[in-house]
Amino acid sequence: MKQNLYNYILGIADNSLILGQRMGELCGHGPSLETDIACTNISLDLFGQVRSYFQYASKLAGDGRTEDDIAMLRQEREYVNVLLVEQPNTDFAYTIARHFLFDVYHLLFLTELEKSKDLTLSAIAKKCIKEVRYHERFTSDWMKRLGDGTAESKAKIQEAINDLWTYTDELFHQTKADKAMVAEGIGVDVTKLKDAYYEKVNEVLTEATLETPESKYFQKGGKKGIHTEHMGYLLAELQYMQRAYPNMEW
Amino acid sequence: MSPERKATIMSEEQIKNLEKQFEERIARDEKIEPKDWMPEKYRKTHIRQMSQHAHSEIVGMLPEGNWITRAPSLRRKVALLAKVQDEAGHGLYLYSATETLGISRDEMYEQLHTGKAKYSSIFNYPTITWADMGAIGWLVDGAAIINQVPLCNTSYGPYARAMIRVCKEESFHQRQGFEIMLKLSNGTPEQKEMAQDALNRWWWPALMMLGPTDAESVHTEQSMKWKLKRKSNDDLRQQFIDQTVPQADILGLTIPDPDLKWNEERGSYDFGEINWDEFWQVVKGHGPCNKERMKARVGAWERGEWVRDAAMAYAEKSQERKKKQVI
Repeated sequence: MKQNLYNYILGIADNSLILGQRMGELCGHGPSLETDIACTNISLDLFGQVRSYFQYASKLAGDGRTEDDIAMLRQEREYVNVLLVEQPNTDFAYTIARHFLFDVYHLLFLTELEKSKDLTLSAIAKKCIKEVRYHERFTSDWMKRLGDGTAESKAKIQEAINDLWTYTDELFHQTKADKAMVAEGIGVDVTKLKDAYYEKVNEVLTEATLETPESKYFQKGGKKGIHTEHMGYLLAELQYMQRAYPNMEW
Repeated sequence: MSPERKATIMSEEQIKNLEKQFEERIARDEKIEPKDWMPEKYRKTHIRQMSQHAHSEIVGMLPEGNWITRAPSLRRKVALLAKVQDEAGHGLYLYSATETLGISRDEMYEQLHTGKAKYSSIFNYPTITWADMGAIGWLVDGAAIINQVPLCNTSYGPYARAMIRVCKEESFHQRQGFEIMLKLSNGTPEQKEMAQDALNRWWWPALMMLGPTDAESVHTEQSMKWKLKRKSNDDLRQQFIDQTVPQADILGLTIPDPDLKWNEERGSYDFGEINWDEFWQVVKGHGPCNKERMKARVGAWERGEWVRDAAMAYAEKSQERKKKQVI
């Protein structure tokens, strides 16, 4: 099996999986019907992406592991999403800030992945870009509404951005699989996305009349499977049925 | 007779005339549109029923939303998300249609949150296993379709048009629910037991969804005239039972009613006594989840207030900026 490619796909897909799970939590609890529909729709997009990636990974594994086995039956230490996406829905400001900080990266990443020599990954990226472009527009618009809305909303979204800032740097860390795939022309060199990322984030924050945090202290670990304390609870729900009723079809 | 008094008599006559024309239009199957004259009672009845319908869609998101994070497979998760999203869409559609009658969405929310407006009682039952997602689609959406298909031809245009779209999606939901049940029924003994347990819990509440018996139904006669209703509650219930029993047979599941049996003479199933005490208990706010559902809705609304305020403030600022640019 192409182990590096398999691991590389997990690195991409786990972000969508865990963020999709977080957005799914909000269904029926949004601040307005329109935002509720949007958040559910974004969650739906992300899980659709996850299915494309894991179906491909399942084929590569070739050992009978299904997309669901890969999504729901790993141990916590085997999930390699970035810490950012597993952060909880503390309130709507955190939800939007977390998603915005990921979307800007996600769009830059997919734009590069579309050029991958791996035709399957390139095709998946092409499909996902359309969705993620909308996600980025949605969260950027909300950054502006909350930042330049009321004094209360400004304070809340600024606090969320400040708190989540510490998880942004990890987006640009490379794993062993990343490096191997970059060398083969399959993977994206995320280190090269960093400047464009902070530039875009800064642009939106400025328009939202918010301050770009200056902190240089960052957290990392997700890409190596070392997660925050939130992750176990998220996985408990995600894996509940597969763990409680093993080896069944649904 | 004073001129004022004369004017009143004239207008009363006019109103009677308008009412007569209005009833004739409905009898001719013409659609009533938002700007058309309509009797106040017609308007109020439609606001009541349509907003109740919209509220049911929105509250109905909660019991199913409860399983999104725990859906057993990615395929099921995606389908469930899409389904609950459809329901939110129906809510949006129906609130908008109701707004054409001169009530705002905020006013309707207020009525829901204060308990003045009702929603379908079925959503006050808990979803405690995955099979409940199947049973809700199969039975609850199944009963909803029976209620709703006749509304595609109701007299109020915006409602009728909304229902055409809603019914298409509901019928897809019903098939999806049945497919969940089918998979469980053909699965392991544990899965089949889960399916049977869900049927046991949802069967009677689903029958209650078709409303109180005709003898107790207060709105039927007027609603029939306005084509808000085409068949009586009891007829709809019989239709639902006759349609659903063979489906349970396909699933190999047992309907939890010992009195259920085919009546050759009537060409329909006879069925047991419905526990109307339970029905009224839930309607009056004392079902298993009434309080939780309202807390969830009111909570989401209150927690979201600062977000909505921000959006309004931002929109106003943006408009100001645009105005200044024009100047």
